[in-house]
Amino acid sequence: MLHFPVLRWGEPYQSLDVERVHHFETGEPIAEVSQANGGLVQRDLRKLARARDALRAIPSAELLAMCAKAADLFLDGDLPLGDATQSADDFVRCQSATTGLPEHMARMNMHKLHHVLTNLDAILASLMRGLDLDILARGHGMERGVPRSYQATTPALGIVLPSNSPGVHGLWLPVIPLQVGLVMKPGSSEPWTPWRMAQAMFAAGVPKEAIAIYPGAHDAGGTIMNHVPRSLIFGSTQTVNQYRANPAIRVHGPGFSKILLGDDVVDDWERYLDVMVDSVLVNGGRGCINCSGIWASRHTREIAEAIAARVGPVAPKRHDDRDAALAAFTTPGQAAAVNADIDAALEEAGVEDVTAPHRDGDRLVAKERCDYLRPTVVHCESPDAAIASKEYMFPFTAVVACPQARMIDAIGETLVGTAITADDAWIRALLDAPHIDRLNIGPIPTTKLDWMQPHEGNIVEFLYRARAYQSAPLQ
Amino acid sequence: MNQEAVRNAADDLDAHVRDVIAWHFSPETGTPFWLDWAESAGWDPRSEVRGFSDLVRFGHFEDEWLRGGPARRWVPKALAERPIYTFETGGTTGIPKTRTNIEDFRLDYERFSETLPDAHFPKGANWLMLGPSGPRRLRLAVEHLCQHRGGICFCVDLDPRWVIKLIKRGAMDELKLYQDHVIDQAMTILSAGHDIRCMFTTPKLLDAIANRLESEGSSIHDAGITGIFCGGTEMTAQWARFACEELLGPDVYMAACYGNTLMGLARAKTLTADDGFKITYYAPQPRAVLEVVDPDATSDVVDFGATGRVMLTTLTKEFFLPRFLERDEAEREPPCDDFPWPGVSGVRPFGKAAGGTTVGVY
Repeated sequence: MLHFPVLRWGEPYQSLDVERVHHFETGEPIAEVSQANGGLVQRDLRKLARARDALRAIPSAELLAMCAKAADLFLDGDLPLGDATQSADDFVRCQSATTGLPEHMARMNMHKLHHVLTNLDAILASLMRGLDLDILARGHGMERGVPRSYQATTPALGIVLPSNSPGVHGLWLPVIPLQVGLVMKPGSSEPWTPWRMAQAMFAAGVPKEAIAIYPGAHDAGGTIMNHVPRSLIFGSTQTVNQYRANPAIRVHGPGFSKILLGDDVVDDWERYLDVMVDSVLVNGGRGCINCSGIWASRHTREIAEAIAARVGPVAPKRHDDRDAALAAFTTPGQAAAVNADIDAALEEAGVEDVTAPHRDGDRLVAKERCDYLRPTVVHCESPDAAIASKEYMFPFTAVVACPQARMIDAIGETLVGTAITADDAWIRALLDAPHIDRLNIGPIPTTKLDWMQPHEGNIVEFLYRARAYQSAPLQ
Repeated sequence: MNQEAVRNAADDLDAHVRDVIAWHFSPETGTPFWLDWAESAGWDPRSEVRGFSDLVRFGHFEDEWLRGGPARRWVPKALAERPIYTFETGGTTGIPKTRTNIEDFRLDYERFSETLPDAHFPKGANWLMLGPSGPRRLRLAVEHLCQHRGGICFCVDLDPRWVIKLIKRGAMDELKLYQDHVIDQAMTILSAGHDIRCMFTTPKLLDAIANRLESEGSSIHDAGITGIFCGGTEMTAQWARFACEELLGPDVYMAACYGNTLMGLARAKTLTADDGFKITYYAPQPRAVLEVVDPDATSDVVDFGATGRVMLTTLTKEFFLPRFLERDEAEREPPCDDFPWPGVSGVRPFGKAAGGTTVGVY
């Protein structure tokens, strides 16, 4: 059986404590994953500074070239995994097997990460507004005749990763060329991407002492969060609230991404049906950038019916079926709990599941070792309905009737807001709304990301702080 | 394995059970709680309990019985004039469980002392007690262990109830500050010329003090520590290996224990790499017995190697606690040469009960 060791600054370590990950459909054991104890992580974190020292010995331009090479190795190469070697096809099969994601989606995510890695130079140029990377490396320099100085806030970035969506790995890929190390705790059923990406980077020349990976229980993640000066964590609303006030921790929680139809276009809503359906359905509806709410002042029932007619018939297919559009819930009881939560919310007056007539069977599809939830479109007569502000890990959206004048205030936190409108005054108000992170104006699916722009904050600004610097020659 | 030793141990246990039952249920020497219990139960344990297996007639001891007073109902009449300690367990919210004590904590730790290798726990050496203080048996017991071996014990203040409150409200920054405060106290003691050679601590605190020492250019070994007595259900084989290989080194011995206020303490076989650092505990029989039972049929002990819920029976003249279901699960282990009675390994919070327990406190 495959074995995932702990990666202690590039050095594999086989723990006595292992967890098995299984195929979600067959129950077949896929791999054993070594579990790191918190004390071991804490001990290794004393070498944080070494990670940055090793990276600073390599010019940023060379690190960017290594990342581009790593991109190709990640996409197509045979890379070490424990005592074995893993091909790209093996990676896709294994990732699908333990996460429940259909294989074609796993491969799509590989291409997405490849795209990010091969375009890191442009992405960083965009995030840094054209600042020369060497200024970060040196700590100071001149930009358009003005002195600039930046100080790293941490020698390495700690990351506590989720199991549900491999797409999130794009967020940490710019870190290595910024000469900042990586300390990761992978999700329990998705150790595949961090490991393969690290191996691709090592094979491309990135120093091994720059990357550490600690699969493990909460103890391992907690130690990273408590001891690395800057960390990212992915989690629930509860996690977001727990760390919201902590400037050392950036939390990526539920997205509550939405499409807003302006009064100026809503009578032509059918033109935008594809955008709405794609935003709900792409990538199994799992991501924080999938659309969980479609808001309009009128025609909301027709909109809901039309989306339901498109997504309602979508049913589970085998993980290796190229047409599979749904990901499995592999945690026992999770899908049933979500289903029960939706059923309870449907008890509220003015709330209706309009998908049911378009679906042959129940929303919850229980299999022997996993479950599925079939796409669900709910119509809400009022933005005050509790389900209007819900997000679930499958294709789910609430189509909410709400006057445009109330809409911006009523939508709440929104990671991606696509506003389909040409109303200049409303666009100005949307631009000023602090609770919308990524704003799309026009028919742009919420799932279509422009990597040249920041996502829930600018990673460069999280890892470097601008400060004053002056120097004068000695007399 | 010497089967005669196993049989002898079982016989000794049966005889000990008869003595303890006779003591706690005698109108002259008995314990008020158990005398009342027998009266309402309508049977006389003194005539009907002939050995350990007969204790099944008591059902299961309920820990709620230990919450609240009067504490004297747990003191046998024959010991009523002796100085009495109370030790508490739990109590973050609500009323803690209380166990009265006279000599048990001393007897348990004196017996444990016999298992410590003198080369690593030298007689006369001073100790650091880096563990919970307050109304806990452990603090006095470790101090007595040290005194019994001829040393002086230095202690820190550590309030686990406050730690649990910090964890429950997610105050991890405050938790870290509190842990630093505890480690600061330990570092002060170690730096004060007290010639500390031995230490009691828990896995988390050993991690913390080893890291602090190393960040200051020292180590557990360099600080002069030669023996560590370490306990807690957080102790896994992986942690033990990590501690032995990376925190302690080859010259520092770690004696692993599983213990609590209700039992006393169970000694682990010596940890070795050859054995995969497997941690197998043996109760201090006949004073206490650890069984591993089927959670759904608690009269059935599971087979050796199988998993079940840990069940404790404590049998001393100060305290009779029959068949108490611990909040832990474990694997049942066969007797060994040093301990000719069954043991337990892989102790961890019991799956069905873990939801209500905050572990990893100190």
